[in-house]
Amino acid sequence: MPQALGSLTLSHFLLTGAVLFVLGLIGFLSRRNLIIMFLCTEMMFQGVVLTLVAFSRFQSNYTGQTFVIFVLTIAAAEAAMALGLVVLLFRRKRTLDASVWSALSE
Amino acid sequence: MTFELPILICWLPALGAVLCGLCCMHRRLRVCAGPICVLSILLPFVVTLVGRERFTGENPTIVHMFNWIHAGRFIADFSYLLDPLTFVMLMVVTGIGTLVAVYACGYMAGDRGYARFFASVALFIFAMTNLVMADNLVLLYLGWEGVGLCSYLLIGYYYDKPSAVKAAKKAFIVNRVGDLGFAIGIFLTYTRYDTVSIAHVLQNVGPAATSWEDHWIPFMLMLGAFGKSAQFPLHVWLPDAMEGPTPVSALIHAATMVTAGVYLIARLMPLFLLSPYALPTVAVVGGLTAFFAATIALCQYDIKRIYAYSTISQLGYMFMGIGVLSTVGGIFHLFTHAFFKALLFLTAGSVIHAMAGQLDLRKMSGLRKKMPWTCGLMFIGCLALAGFPFTAGFYSKDMILAATLERGINHHNIAIIALGVIGLVTALLTALYTFRLWFRVFMGPTEYEMGLDHHGHEEEEEEEADHGGRGDVQVEHIHEPHEVSWLMNGPLLVLAAGALLAGWLGQRHHWMKHMVEHSTAAVADPDEHGVHLHTIMLFVSSAIAIAGIIIAAYFHWLRREAADTVTQRFATVVRVLNNKYYVDKFYDASIVRPLRTAGELCFAIDRLAIGLVVALVGCVPRALGISIQSSQKRTIQGYGLGMAVGVAVILLLMMVMK
Repeated sequence: MPQALGSLTLSHFLLTGAVLFVLGLIGFLSRRNLIIMFLCTEMMFQGVVLTLVAFSRFQSNYTGQTFVIFVLTIAAAEAAMALGLVVLLFRRKRTLDASVWSALSE
Repeated sequence: MTFELPILICWLPALGAVLCGLCCMHRRLRVCAGPICVLSILLPFVVTLVGRERFTGENPTIVHMFNWIHAGRFIADFSYLLDPLTFVMLMVVTGIGTLVAVYACGYMAGDRGYARFFASVALFIFAMTNLVMADNLVLLYLGWEGVGLCSYLLIGYYYDKPSAVKAAKKAFIVNRVGDLGFAIGIFLTYTRYDTVSIAHVLQNVGPAATSWEDHWIPFMLMLGAFGKSAQFPLHVWLPDAMEGPTPVSALIHAATMVTAGVYLIARLMPLFLLSPYALPTVAVVGGLTAFFAATIALCQYDIKRIYAYSTISQLGYMFMGIGVLSTVGGIFHLFTHAFFKALLFLTAGSVIHAMAGQLDLRKMSGLRKKMPWTCGLMFIGCLALAGFPFTAGFYSKDMILAATLERGINHHNIAIIALGVIGLVTALLTALYTFRLWFRVFMGPTEYEMGLDHHGHEEEEEEEADHGGRGDVQVEHIHEPHEVSWLMNGPLLVLAAGALLAGWLGQRHHWMKHMVEHSTAAVADPDEHGVHLHTIMLFVSSAIAIAGIIIAAYFHWLRREAADTVTQRFATVVRVLNNKYYVDKFYDASIVRPLRTAGELCFAIDRLAIGLVVALVGCVPRALGISIQSSQKRTIQGYGLGMAVGVAVILLLMMVMK
């Protein structure tokens, strides 16, 4: 492990991951804009991914890092689809406000 | 698997059935079904004739086709037993089958289900040939059920007619009763002899009964035979089976299928000889059924039903013959009966065809000028059925009656003598009801009332709309009785020749005797030194037949009003006979109705008790859904929050639990 990172412990990484995740969650719950909400979910992803990498690194077990590669790949695909959906939703109602989509409750 | 010519006898009709079935697919193809079916029955007939040496060898030939069921020591294969009895049966099945199929090409022309009809007929021939050629009881049972199925399909051929559907179900269900007995008989045979192969079983039959199965096997098999051959008390299905098209009645319900019971007993004769009570029971049931059905036939008005009861009565004769150890007589009568009864049914079919479905004897009279050929042909059939000297029925019936009386006298058995006398009385009744029908339909003043049925012309009428013009001939056709086409009369001429000559041919050089005595139906004649009544019987039965014809002529041709007086005098008897001794009503009240009530009760319980519970259980999730539906009126963030909180709670719980 390089000296510059020597003072960093697992807790630092986990904490960063948790902060990223919670920020994303809060953003997802508090914002109404579909694109912002989507970006927030991506941020939650990064929080989880960071946790995985950290564990992998500190336990010298590369399964976690392999897993991350997969997660990122799928996240990329999912992002393409989700943005496409957002565009479709926008075309329907001419707004990005998520609160107009409540038809399911009726 | 080796190739043997006799295999074709079974499998050509199967191929024919498949091809006819394919013809159902397109309207243009339908007309091909008739010729295909005729060919698929005619070729087996030719094969039977060509390969007759295979059947008439010293020992029965066994042709193995392919392995079918091998389970431990239980073996049932598609293998065929060829002996003279098989040959006689195949001659009847394929010979009469061909003629009836040719006739049906004319009779069924233009019918909606033309191809379906012929597919069923070919399938029937497949099953029937398997039945008569089977070497093991399981294959025989397959054929037995196969013919039952085809009978069901063809009785219910006019499936949009409720009465036909009902009759088909009745035939099927009544036969189940008999077939249950037959199945148990096969099980018992297997437990007793460790094999189901007929050849092996008959080799192992001892001279006398040694175990309890020996007494039960014949009675169980007999039940099956009585069901299929419509003997009392399982006869009720046959008269109703007349709902099917007439060629079917001729082929299945007169000439071939219903004789399967007689064949079964003849084939397994050594098994029946084991029990001292089995064959006398067969004789008594046969003799009484013969009389019983003949009396009913006297008072029916539906021409097909008269012949149906006549068939039951003649089958009774066959059983009587076999029951008194005259298998020759039984099989001989089977052989001759096939000709003249097929002829009678088909001529009756011609009348019905010409009269647009009119079946009621009271509504037709003096048709001889309208249908001279049919009149003459039916006359020949009636003579043969009545046992007029030197016709087919004369020889065979005489043989049975003589055998019965001889046996009764030689064994000093009053019951058997009484049975013979009943047989003689039945012969008189037979002549009477046969000629009653003929004189009523063809003699006397020409009066008739056409039926309502546009039977066999439905499709033309439909096509009339498309093509126009063609309809006029058809309409004319429906309103006037007419002689039928030569396609229909041609086969009848052959049958008429058979009805006149089959008896003489069978008698000549003792052909039939020779055939039966070289098969498994052979019975050693115990009464060789007893009295012989054949010569006397020739005169007695001729006199009886002629007397019957004269009485019928008097009451139903010359003095019809006299018949009415007699009917009024014996009004009660006539009513009982007209209601078929109330057997149907009795079954209805004692079996059908209680079962139906039980069924309805079960249905009600199912509906109310079980159905209600299920419905209530089904309501629970629905009610739950409705009750919490209101909590769902939130935005996406709401769901997200719910999910996050839920996950948090689960995580917390997991931490606490640990």
